Amino acid sequence: MAAERGTAAEALVGQVVLPGDLLLLPAHYDEDAEGERLRLSAGTAPQGRLLCGPGLRRSGAGLLVTKCGLLRHRPAGGGAYWVDSQQKRYVPVKGDHVIGIVTAKAGDVFRLDVGGSEPASLSYLAFEGATKRNRPNVQVGDLIYGQFVVANKDMEPEMVCIDSSGKSNGMGIIGQDGFLFKVSLGLIRKLLAPKCEIIQELSQLYPFELVLGMNGRIWVKAKTVQQTLIIVNILEACEYMTPQQRKQALAKLSGN
Amino acid sequence: FMQRGLDSQTKKQLEEEEKKIISEEHWYLDVPDLKEKESCIIEERSFLQCEDLVYGRMSFKGFNPEIEKLMIKINSKCKEEEIEEDDKMEADVSDEEMARRYETLVGTIGKKFLRKRDQRVLKDDDEDDEVEEGNSNTRPSKRAKKMFLKPQD
Repeated sequence: MAAERGTAAEALVGQVVLPGDLLLLPAHYDEDAEGERLRLSAGTAPQGRLLCGPGLRRSGAGLLVTKCGLLRHRPAGGGAYWVDSQQKRYVPVKGDHVIGIVTAKAGDVFRLDVGGSEPASLSYLAFEGATKRNRPNVQVGDLIYGQFVVANKDMEPEMVCIDSSGKSNGMGIIGQDGFLFKVSLGLIRKLLAPKCEIIQELSQLYPFELVLGMNGRIWVKAKTVQQTLIIVNILEACEYMTPQQRKQALAKLSGN
Repeated sequence: FMQRGLDSQTKKQLEEEEKKIISEEHWYLDVPDLKEKESCIIEERSFLQCEDLVYGRMSFKGFNPEIEKLMIKINSKCKEEEIEEDDKMEADVSDEEMARRYETLVGTIGKKFLRKRDQRVLKDDDEDDEVEEGNSNTRPSKRAKKMFLKPQD
């Protein structure tokens, strides 16, 4: 295996990287601290640790790319690098909020389909205000919005519908009616970005309710079936529309 | 084995031999110690830590009021980090009025916790001019503190 000479990480931010690329990090993250405790930091040496996000892996001299996509960087809070890649298949990750469909009730535990390789388990006590006597009213086929508490490749993923302080915080059973559909994971992240234009423009149209799960599932509910379907079509199509096309489409709709 | 009648010397020899055997059997690493390097890189598989993502449940134009309240709460939590200066709210009551209120307030609340006898003293102080006889009767008895009266015989 020929040793590849890597390129500096900062040079590739915003560019396409392929699996196998080696990214070199600036000197203050180097691990050879054998005598060089005095770092004459001429530049701004960021305090704290560097976050190596999805798509990257730590390897001796720097970061190794494992997915193809665009390299992103966030300088705040110690700095973070990650690869912005596109995929449709979801892999459960701890801490993610997802929409799950109840497929079975096995004793005290519900089995949910989250779109991963295994069904996730959800205990009936993991709802706000649930006790042994006071069980949540969950039927097979219900939609549940929760977060992962255990999610690794060796164990079955587990979900809960409360946060660390015991409050439900918007999680739990999603109500009646509405429409559930699946999109790619990249679009979800685009929609969840702060100040997303698509969401802002849609919110001017009609009153509606929206739940976005990180596993690619979106649930929409509006007053009439027609409005719901319009919103669904826009969300599905906006992945491949330019901003101008999207504004045209919305103008036509609000004109109607 | 410690047998009776064994000399202390032979005992010592036996102990030493045992120790030798034990220490030879102990395994040890022949490799030089690896230095623990403190890594400065954390690996993370979640996008939530990298990007600043909004909460996934949203409602617009009043469709679901509870979720709109939740959205405001979560957004205000994020904004709190930015807006730290505008903490002083405009007071409804001015400072001077507040001071005046407090002066009288201390008096009225203080009265509430006085014991019954002390309350009478206060009342007498107030009604100085009106009932003088009552005053003259009660005051000396107040002033002479109630001491224990020894029964005679």
